[in-house]
Amino acid sequence: MGAQLRVYKRRIKSVKATKKITKAMEMIAASRIVKAQRQVAASTPYAEELTAAVTAVAGGAEVKHPLTTEVEAPQRAAVLLVTSDRGLAGGYSSNAIKAAEQLTQRLSSEGKDVVTYVVGRKGVAYYNFREKTVADSWTGFTDSPVYADAKRIAAPLIEAIGRDTADGGVDELHIVFTEFVSMMTQEPVDRRMLPLTLESSDAEPEAGKKAAERVQPLYDFEPSAEEVLDALLPRYVESRVYNALLQAAASEHAARRRAMKSATDNAEELIKSLTRLANAARQADITQEISEIVGGASALADASAGSDR
Amino acid sequence: MAELHVELVAADRRVWSGEARLVVARTSSGEIGVMPGHQPLLGVLESGPVTIRTTGESGDGTVIAAVHGGFISFADNKLSLLAEIAELSYEIDVERAERALEKAKSDLDAAAERRADVRLRAVAVAR
Repeated sequence: MGAQLRVYKRRIKSVKATKKITKAMEMIAASRIVKAQRQVAASTPYAEELTAAVTAVAGGAEVKHPLTTEVEAPQRAAVLLVTSDRGLAGGYSSNAIKAAEQLTQRLSSEGKDVVTYVVGRKGVAYYNFREKTVADSWTGFTDSPVYADAKRIAAPLIEAIGRDTADGGVDELHIVFTEFVSMMTQEPVDRRMLPLTLESSDAEPEAGKKAAERVQPLYDFEPSAEEVLDALLPRYVESRVYNALLQAAASEHAARRRAMKSATDNAEELIKSLTRLANAARQADITQEISEIVGGASALADASAGSDR
Repeated sequence: MAELHVELVAADRRVWSGEARLVVARTSSGEIGVMPGHQPLLGVLESGPVTIRTTGESGDGTVIAAVHGGFISFADNKLSLLAEIAELSYEIDVERAERALEKAKSDLDAAAERRADVRLRAVAVAR
């Protein structure tokens, strides 16, 4: 076997091994999307009912609650960015980070200090590398988040919004995550969670709109409107964070599946062209051998013909 | 007989939904019973058992659920019970809850003790 042919054979083998890995990752991601989507669907009833309840209190009752009223000159805004723990998902994390950076720029141009909270190892690495300060970060659960994770994330956010701006509290709460539109499309989006904007209360736009359009019945509050709102808003933030985490997880798997699919396709393409090259090299080897044999034979024939004479 | 629609949802799933003629729950200011045509209501739930007397399509019977905090809201003859964690009485593993209660007591974990206690109380009411 010629040296050239051996080199090609070795490369084909290595590309084949890589293809096997990417193929496996593609299939794992594909099966996880379904599970993640089911979780998003399972969490929707709670989110919808909660949104309806928040709409009812905020719209129906004449309550001045710090969390529902717009601050006149907001000075500080918190941004929660949801990225993934692991790479090999195409542009998933970097797109989310880009969206967060844009939002940060917009907020600072409006004269607000931005406090960043990050979920996912990729986002943490990005901010650490650039030596940007992060108020808090969480890692280790982005591919299958549970409600307790959302609770853990929401706690400091709620605490920050409850505190006075002068003591380092925040006036606004934004969240940046990747929305799962469909298997093929995932979009990084930024949403304002607090103060409440009920028109675009968007995780479930239909529910929000429907609730807003309906004539608000006069609610009886147990024990009082303020206390209900006090108890409701943390749950609302948690549920929004939970929903964002679940959508981000579904998006992450979808992005990874797509990235791994194109990696598998590329590997196939590469194997094909390498096989062609290997065939050509083998053919060239054979041709050379034949011409060497023919050349050798005729040289022998010439030599023996000469000695006969 | 008039009936009201009940949705019992936890953070990660819909636990129960159906028709009922009476729902008894415990808010922070006391027990409250909701029947069809009740005034619109929004309240904060205490951890504890919730009793749903079912009727109509769901059949006449009683559903007991252990609800760990949350909200009760009633409007347009539709009652929503929202809780971070909610379980139906027959879903509860009594032995596990008892063990959890023992453990929580020895560890002095008040939250876990309350959770286990709510579960056991719901099962006791269901019996």
